[in-house]
Amino acid sequence: MILKKFKWPIYHIFVGLLAIVMVYPVIWLLMSSFKPSNLIFTTSSSLIPDPWIWSNYVTGWIGSSGQSFMSFITNSLKIVIFSTIGAVLSSAFIAFGFARLQFKGRAIWFAVMMVTLMLPHDVVLVPQYIMFSKLGWIGTISPIVVPQYFGVPFFIFLMVQFIRTIPREMDEAATIDGVGKFGLFLRIILPLIIPALATASIFSFYWRWEDLMGPLLYLNKPSSYTVSLGLKMFLDSESVSNWGAMFAMSIVSLIPVLGVFFLFQRYIVEGISTSGLK
Amino acid sequence: MMKSLSLRNNLVGYTFISPFVIGFLIFTLIPAAASLYFSFTDYDLLSAPNWIGLENYTSMFTSDDRYMQSLKVTMLYVFLGVPLRLIFALFVAMILNTTSKAVGLYRTVYYLPSIIGGSVAVSIMWRNLFGDQGVINVMLNSIGIDSVRWFGDPNAALFMLVTLSVWQFGSSMLIFLAGLKNIPTELYEASGVDGAGFFTKFFRITLPMLTPIILFNLIMQLISAFMTFVPAYIISKGEGGPLDGTLLYSLYLFRQAFVFFDMGYASAMAWVMLIIVGVLTAAVFATSKLWVHYETEGGR
Repeated sequence: MILKKFKWPIYHIFVGLLAIVMVYPVIWLLMSSFKPSNLIFTTSSSLIPDPWIWSNYVTGWIGSSGQSFMSFITNSLKIVIFSTIGAVLSSAFIAFGFARLQFKGRAIWFAVMMVTLMLPHDVVLVPQYIMFSKLGWIGTISPIVVPQYFGVPFFIFLMVQFIRTIPREMDEAATIDGVGKFGLFLRIILPLIIPALATASIFSFYWRWEDLMGPLLYLNKPSSYTVSLGLKMFLDSESVSNWGAMFAMSIVSLIPVLGVFFLFQRYIVEGISTSGLK
Repeated sequence: MMKSLSLRNNLVGYTFISPFVIGFLIFTLIPAAASLYFSFTDYDLLSAPNWIGLENYTSMFTSDDRYMQSLKVTMLYVFLGVPLRLIFALFVAMILNTTSKAVGLYRTVYYLPSIIGGSVAVSIMWRNLFGDQGVINVMLNSIGIDSVRWFGDPNAALFMLVTLSVWQFGSSMLIFLAGLKNIPTELYEASGVDGAGFFTKFFRITLPMLTPIILFNLIMQLISAFMTFVPAYIISKGEGGPLDGTLLYSLYLFRQAFVFFDMGYASAMAWVMLIIVGVLTAAVFATSKLWVHYETEGGR
């Protein structure tokens, strides 16, 4: 609508410039990671590293407190993979119940789930910590991973929405063929909601990869630190002014996030547009 | 026969939702109840909780200046950041709502900050952009403005957090974009025939048609802004400084619980937060009758 007043070139210049402003910080971070630490701030207005060095990545990779960055990545991946499997499969299972089965109290439980979705996590933070410490789970990934196996409200909501778009005739046909509810879920619905499963997996990956609070509370040995905690350790030892290594590892931590984004953009955009996932 | 059928249906239904029901009880309901109990106690994890009645709640509002500061900072953060983010998101969604082939690319670029925004890396980046010799100061200098000591002034430090939050307008933008695409073009065509200009169209068609989505975005963003933790934690290195300028509610709560080990006080803080968020959400819903326009069919 607005465009009739603007000429196309002006439009593209304006939108393009705004786009550059938006990504400039990330490009600055990237280019700074190739500068020697002592030059990062004295030459902060220039994007071109002079001299261009790779050593920040080498020092960063060696890590801190005797832990290489590789170990942070492995730890993060372990959490991401186990969490995502649990979150996606359990949510699909639950979503099928909400979307396709008739039972007493369904509306109430669905409402409960929607409330849980909006509940500030801070309310349960302290008792959960106490509970997990009584269970002896502090120092393990269980407090972060295990709750994921009980369904994630956002994913359940997303999948319920998705299942509702599948024609019920599919169910009826399967039921006539003598397929039970479990068979219906496994053989008919699950294969049809793969796009929703993909969206949920991507978001689960993001949330677990970027999570700071969970690892901060529950992981107490540097050998079990995740990427988020590894970066925080760099920041804590910032007095050494090894900016370059910190920037380099920040970039490394963003690579999987960006990679997944560019590969699976479609699922992300659709997921957000249909369910308001954040 | 009927009875056993419905029993069977209930059994199957609850089997499917059982992971949620069990998880809700173990990880939400029981902890929430425990948190309510702790909020009336003095509890340091080492000795048993000691019942002190309303003391945590009263001292929050009468003798804890840092609490009031953290509340003030959070309110500023929420009431500056959320409207700015939504306005920006709507603005960008509108300029991207075209048929140009480049829109896909632009959308990707504009959404990029949101996809990486929650990470520690981005908070570290933001911290350094605003350093004494950081890019922001260099740019300010180049247009003749003196450097700002972003870490020296509590208001400047909070401004850093607000800009970081506005920078991540991507999800709201995508939701607005989806909403804009759903507005029937006939509406614009009809008003065009009637000679309506851009602003008339915007205020008479676009905005009213988007109000259900604005409501949805507003509530989701309010809740998540209240719970913001990572940027404040990283940018202030866990302290909430300078002079408690970035001591967002969640950060202060975290410090009460896991730095000072005052679990009772932290729990009370969490409940006050829940009440504030609940009241705000209810208030937004209550006013929504006045400004949200629902189509007779559909709507969000």
